[in-house]
Amino acid sequence: MKPSPCRRAFLALLALAALLPLAACQREPQPEWRLNDVAGHLPDLDFRLTDDNGKAVTGADYRGKVAIMYFGYTHCPDVCPLTLTQLHVVLDRLGAPADKVRILFVSVDPARDTPEVMHTYVNAFDKRAVGLAGSQADVEALAKRYRSAFTREPDRADGNYEVSHSSAIYIFDANGKARLLATPSASQDDIVHDLHLLTSLEP
Amino acid sequence: MKPSLFILTALLAMGAGTTQAADSTSVKASDAWIRVLPGNLPAGGYVTLENTSGTGVAVTGAASADYGDAMIHKSSTETGMGRMEMVDKVPVPANGKVAFAPGGYHVMLMEPKHAVKPGDKVVVTFTLSDGTTLPVTFVAKPANATGP
Repeated sequence: MKPSPCRRAFLALLALAALLPLAACQREPQPEWRLNDVAGHLPDLDFRLTDDNGKAVTGADYRGKVAIMYFGYTHCPDVCPLTLTQLHVVLDRLGAPADKVRILFVSVDPARDTPEVMHTYVNAFDKRAVGLAGSQADVEALAKRYRSAFTREPDRADGNYEVSHSSAIYIFDANGKARLLATPSASQDDIVHDLHLLTSLEP
Repeated sequence: MKPSLFILTALLAMGAGTTQAADSTSVKASDAWIRVLPGNLPAGGYVTLENTSGTGVAVTGAASADYGDAMIHKSSTETGMGRMEMVDKVPVPANGKVAFAPGGYHVMLMEPKHAVKPGDKVVVTFTLSDGTTLPVTFVAKPANATGP
């Protein structure tokens, strides 16, 4: 028996109604990240350190900004300045949205890196960079939080020493959520691309 | 003084006064620059070395009159850890080049004897495995420079 026209119309309407919720799911486009997506795998940005103006700060002080955090020390003449330089170039390429970004350079050398030393250092690279220093315990707590590690190498004869440290670059959104991880070999294009996306997200 | 003794003394005096090895004729340097960091922080020196001879040679040391100490280091970020270690020799292949560049080989220049500002020139002398030396003029660049 063929269904009546009313019945067919009703069935068609039912089918359409069934599809509507699916259409709603498709409305949120998933960003195509190029860097490693770590959303949900690392804790929110939180720490207790001193910024390079001598002010005590926590992760909450950086809500509202996209934060790029990485560990290093000022007596490192090669990799740390290179990373800071590359991030400076990335932020310049980003243009106006770079005002919403902060580079957080955390020292793994509390013995030598005082807030004053950090201040002159980060300002030599980029005005959007913040130097963060703290006690050995506070820096270790932060490193552990992000599954990072650092080791002070044995002193050389002249008293100088190096610190080997994780080279990962952690990127947090304006809500302090960990979102992306970059390695020093990540291309500047990829970092600029993902920062464009991140700075355009609604907080 | 007898002439032969005089000549001998003169020769000895010349020998004693001369401590410089001969300058290298086979290795050439280009694009030498230093990344200057604030205060007395160590600076990183970068350069491209080209070996124009058919025999491989290695850089075995570095020194500068402008710094108390200079060492050759190699950075690496393998296994996710940033570290650097001192190296005793950097090979410059026959008819080839080696680059001291950010993230890899660099000269670590420590204890500056005077302030070094962007634009200043500094001489670093490399010693090579064939007994020769290579003085190179490096130009100082700001901390966030990306090249020479």
